[in-house]
Amino acid sequence: MLDDATPTIGPIAGLGAIDCDVHPRLPVTADLLPYFDAYWREQAPYRNIDRLELTGHPVSLPPYRREGAANGTAAEIASGLLDPNGLSAAILTLVNGTQALYDPYMADAFCQATNRWLAAEYLDADPRLRAALVVPFQHPEAAAEEIRRHADDRRFVAVVALAMGERPLGQRANWPIYRAAAESGFALSIQSGNVYRHAPTQAGFPSYLVEERTHMAQAAASQTMSLLSEGVMTEFPDMKIVMAGTGATWIFGMSWRVAKDWRGARVETPWIRESPEKILERQLRLTVGPFDAPSDMDPVLVDVIGSPDMLLYSSDYPHAHAGPAGAWPRALPEDLAPALARTNPQETYPRLEV
Amino acid sequence: MGRHVIARADEIAPGKSKRVEVEGRDIAVFNTGTGYRAVTNRCPHEGADLCRGIVARFVDAEGPGEFTVVEDKVMVRCPWHGWEFDLDTGRSYCDPNRVRVKSFEVAMEGPDGRVAGPYSVETFEVAAEGAMLVLTI
Repeated sequence: MLDDATPTIGPIAGLGAIDCDVHPRLPVTADLLPYFDAYWREQAPYRNIDRLELTGHPVSLPPYRREGAANGTAAEIASGLLDPNGLSAAILTLVNGTQALYDPYMADAFCQATNRWLAAEYLDADPRLRAALVVPFQHPEAAAEEIRRHADDRRFVAVVALAMGERPLGQRANWPIYRAAAESGFALSIQSGNVYRHAPTQAGFPSYLVEERTHMAQAAASQTMSLLSEGVMTEFPDMKIVMAGTGATWIFGMSWRVAKDWRGARVETPWIRESPEKILERQLRLTVGPFDAPSDMDPVLVDVIGSPDMLLYSSDYPHAHAGPAGAWPRALPEDLAPALARTNPQETYPRLEV
Repeated sequence: MGRHVIARADEIAPGKSKRVEVEGRDIAVFNTGTGYRAVTNRCPHEGADLCRGIVARFVDAEGPGEFTVVEDKVMVRCPWHGWEFDLDTGRSYCDPNRVRVKSFEVAMEGPDGRVAGPYSVETFEVAAEGAMLVLTI
């Protein structure tokens, strides 16, 4: 049932909450110039490269941005989100076109420059801010190097992946990234971006925005299955997998179905030694902003998701959702707020010191 | 508990199975190549005939791609949905505490009538007695 009652930040007030999914503005080439090497410092302007915006994430359009949050600077995030909600930390995840580039060396250069820009513009500016590293999945060895370079900078707590990339995330070509991440306790934050190598639904290109938005959940489910089946979840237990901004209701049918189908297909993947929903419960985390369940189903909701340990408080700021920035989802019991906003994030992101 | 001659030992070739009915029960008897095993013929999931299932050693893996075969653990795979049951214990690997099939003892007996292997209230025994297979129920 849809209802119009306005959600509030009530349940997280006074907790010193940790917001697990906040988005900085996208850097333009002028922002990145100080962090490029000599080649890219000339080449980026030479090729007229500006903001690397993902086709599916037109951040300049109003529906993607909360009113008054046009700048997305550190100061604006502080006044629009951190201060009013009394947050102790917020994790920035940048979703842009660096991971969609075909040139692996260009992707590497832009990722490195972007991470340095994030550190300088955001992490140095406000001690409450943390960030996820942007790394080139097009070049896994370089991605692993970038993660290891930041092993000592604990302000970086995660690695960003896109839900709709070139190939399923669990495949072995990506394992250098996960090995490096797990070594130093980085989480993998999977964001609902698309590089459009494939149609955004398994059935082909849809005609309307509502289809594409609704089917984001298919990508989350596909990546979850890939990371489970290929053994990433069991080989890298020190890297939690965060499915950000995709809601949680897609997990109900999927976890039940994989637990059932695994019984008949176990011989293909015998490294999965326990019923899959138990592995998901241990390794998979879902952010709750935005949340996609009706508010009148709360008594059973968390049970069918799996466990309250799987949920992470998030605002998805500055994207526009109902109520004030960081409002508590009305579908969730309010007494879960301390777990979702404090305990679970600290266990999901072991690098996060608050 | 009664003992029943159910087949000639050479009737079930290694790797093959036979469905028998003993005291009104439907039972699947397997020759695993190293011995005989018997379980309830009916899969507890949706009732498929387990006698039509493939028998194979249990597969395991230390990690992705690192396959191993557990030689002394023999499973029957249900022909419908692939659920595997341990032929020694009747237990499902995937849900060992809730799903199991009853296993029976099968023995191959000599003409003097001695039965190889222990009796159990939980399991049934099948033995080849000389040329005949004897199931104990």
